[in-house]
Amino acid sequence: MSLRFPFSAIAGQDELKLALLLTAVDPMIGGLLALGDRGTGKSTAVRALAALLPDIKATTCAYHCDPASPQTMCDACRSEAKLKTRALQIPVVDLPLGATEDRVIGALNLERALAHGEKAFEPGLLASANRGYLYVDEVNLLEDHIVDLLLDVAASGENVVEREGLSVRHPARFVLVGSGNPEEGELRPQLLDRFGLSVDVRTPGEVKIWVEIVKRRLAYEANPQAFVAEWADKDAALQRKLVAARKRLNAVAMPDAVMDRAAELCIHLKTDGIRGQLTLMRVTRALAAYEGKSEVTEDHLKRMAGPALRHRLRRNPLDETGSGTRIDRAVSEVFGA
Amino acid sequence: MTMDGASDTVATIHAVLVCRLLASDPSALGGVVLRGPAGPVRDSWIAMFRGFLPKSRPLLKVPHHVANDRLLGGLDVAATLASGKPIAERGLFADADGGLLHLLSSERLSLDKASYVAAAMESGIGQGFGLVACDEGMEDDEVTPTILTERLAFRINLEQCQSFDGIDPDDLSDVARRAADLPMADQLLAGLSGTALRMGVLSLRPLIFAVRVARLIAALDEADEVREEDAIMAANLVLAHRARFMPQSDEEETNEEAPPPPPKEPPPEDEQEPSNPTEGELAEVILEAVRQALPPGLLEQLDHASRIQKSAKTGAGSLSQKAGKMRGRPAGTKRGDPRQGARLNLIETLRTAAPWQKLRRKTQPERTGILVSKDDFRVNRYKQKRETTAIFVVDASGSAAIRRMAEAKGAVEYILADCYVRRDRVALIAFRGKVAEILLPPTRSLQRARRSLADLPGGGGTPLAAAIDSSMLMAEQVRRSGGTPIIVFLTDGRANITRDGTADRPRAAAESDEAAKALRLTGVQALMIDLSENRDGVAKKLAASMGGIHLPLPYADAARISHNVSLAMKSQRGSS
Repeated sequence: MSLRFPFSAIAGQDELKLALLLTAVDPMIGGLLALGDRGTGKSTAVRALAALLPDIKATTCAYHCDPASPQTMCDACRSEAKLKTRALQIPVVDLPLGATEDRVIGALNLERALAHGEKAFEPGLLASANRGYLYVDEVNLLEDHIVDLLLDVAASGENVVEREGLSVRHPARFVLVGSGNPEEGELRPQLLDRFGLSVDVRTPGEVKIWVEIVKRRLAYEANPQAFVAEWADKDAALQRKLVAARKRLNAVAMPDAVMDRAAELCIHLKTDGIRGQLTLMRVTRALAAYEGKSEVTEDHLKRMAGPALRHRLRRNPLDETGSGTRIDRAVSEVFGA
Repeated sequence: MTMDGASDTVATIHAVLVCRLLASDPSALGGVVLRGPAGPVRDSWIAMFRGFLPKSRPLLKVPHHVANDRLLGGLDVAATLASGKPIAERGLFADADGGLLHLLSSERLSLDKASYVAAAMESGIGQGFGLVACDEGMEDDEVTPTILTERLAFRINLEQCQSFDGIDPDDLSDVARRAADLPMADQLLAGLSGTALRMGVLSLRPLIFAVRVARLIAALDEADEVREEDAIMAANLVLAHRARFMPQSDEEETNEEAPPPPPKEPPPEDEQEPSNPTEGELAEVILEAVRQALPPGLLEQLDHASRIQKSAKTGAGSLSQKAGKMRGRPAGTKRGDPRQGARLNLIETLRTAAPWQKLRRKTQPERTGILVSKDDFRVNRYKQKRETTAIFVVDASGSAAIRRMAEAKGAVEYILADCYVRRDRVALIAFRGKVAEILLPPTRSLQRARRSLADLPGGGGTPLAAAIDSSMLMAEQVRRSGGTPIIVFLTDGRANITRDGTADRPRAAAESDEAAKALRLTGVQALMIDLSENRDGVAKKLAASMGGIHLPLPYADAARISHNVSLAMKSQRGSS
């Protein structure tokens, strides 16, 4: 296993870290969009999270299916009588900007087709990302047709390939994490809405935090083993907290009053569609579970309104008010009343 | 090390230092952008760099049109077919391990290749590699993709340097190891961080580069620890060229121009003893030193630089053109190499290979299966419609403004409803008072357009020249991202405000005529919808100056405007 920068050693970026942890508590939240400056540790955080999560039990096929849940397995695994399993670190797959459709969804294995005359499927990035994270840096610059493809698969959890005489379907359940700098290009609203949470990542404005970040980075580079060992306790504690939260998740109660408030908030903000409210419910529940509470409260709602709704507001190019401010205002109006 | 003659300008000295630093630890510093034309100066820098670089470290030339799989490695298709066994090809990234890639014309590198290079630099596989990016861009917006420059510590402007001939290399093999052990005081770290913040360098990567460079400089000088002058030099080499703004020596002025406010002095806490109070001062010292050493003219460019950064994103144009291989309506097949991003059409490939089987079997009797050679490859061709962007430039001045704006809005909506089907886009610029402003950047979203057009103010003067200028800028952007722009003016052509905002009718008219002629030179199609009663007026002359179509339409109505624009857009598409 390769060494990765420890999650707990990431200084600052609290909102990003919390959002990432919550997607790990409940993957159904549906992905995370991190918008902000370059070089603020977005990809470091995603990779570190994967290393933090406990290893999963997986079959030996190309899609590392979950042996415990037959309905999400690939056809090959389902027909297998006795499954071989292995322990696997949660996969984090990078989707480079220039990736071709073939590379993303998979294609005919040319080598075997030409040299041996076999019709074989070569799994793509979506297969590798099954049960893990698909990380797209500069998601706002991604080609439209690749984006459409990602959306379809992310929504259905299944990749269907029908091309070149191949007919393959395989599971592709992943948490989509996108990052990008909004100044360099806008995301289409359809895509924005599909991300569960969005976080604004800013460079910390304080010299103290900067110095801390640089120091830790340098310490890690000088001696990765020692650095990881130094933070192992904290990472382990965080891992235990995550595992406990996952267990507790389904037992967390959602009082009707809180649900009403969430609906009021969404209506007040005029968010498009119902997806915003669903996400808000899921993420507040995950937050309550993560903090060891048995019930979702209004406080959870207030804290998660930003990440869950920020990117779903209708934007008016002439209105300079940031979406964050608008949410704050709506929160105070709804809860102040 | 000796310098030849008295040609040691600051820039040249810096370039030599960069060369030594990079040669001593290429992968840790990412590399350097060599901005400037090909010529003896660049050649002599590369020769000097080769001299310094230990023999064990490769320096591989890469053209900007390199194929993706040559970079990444993969199956060597030709060799595989010839032998019938899979033969792997090593990628350039693997070949360059521990050394550097020497990228030619990096400003023309397409974004997808740049992102592969960036990903490989970050992957941490093997020893890593560095990059010498030769950027021959002449214009301000011809720059190496930021995704790469972000990961390269240095930038040298070759135009400010003299020849590097006659510099003898010294032994650098031990420098990186010594640098790693050098102690560096916390104040210096804080000083560099503060400097970066004050310059508006908001990414952390350059800061980490600066710290590494400071260490290496100290190691080169055989110092026992990192000293203040090392940090200053590091800030000069790594941070200065990224500065988005340079605070003036005067503290008050800083506040005005700096988007992120200069960091507040952290309150001195008890546990954090003397290091904190000196951080601000140290950052000032470094900043001041950097300011002194800046080449003349750079300060004026700073403001410009941030704009370049912004426009560099339109470099994505190369990406959208490239996508032509994969998008659009299928339009037959052609001979080609599937590794260049095109899709192999298997059936056609086999069909091409079929007649040759008997002949090939004779020459290669030991092979079984179908014998396919590289020449048989057929790839899919796609025909992609270029999208057209109609830029509406609407005169919102004077009393007729309200009606005109309403009709313009109606026309925009008509066209958008149509565009949705054709994947065309619409933008809107309104001019009134003293300025022209972009009300709607190019968009395909009807909803968004409607919302942003909801209430448009009208009234005031007619700054026509400014309006033509900004429409030209936008047309240029549209072109760069692979689209075809067409500009639609809705005005009576009576300019009365000059570019600098003064009310001077004759000069304003001269300026707008001048701008119109400039527009003609760009070759962008223009449509002048003349809103004046007099159909032989200024607007007609203006239309002639810009080589556009003149359409007298004093009672402009939305349906007729959109009809005419649609016609123009269709003819435009036919010609492109």
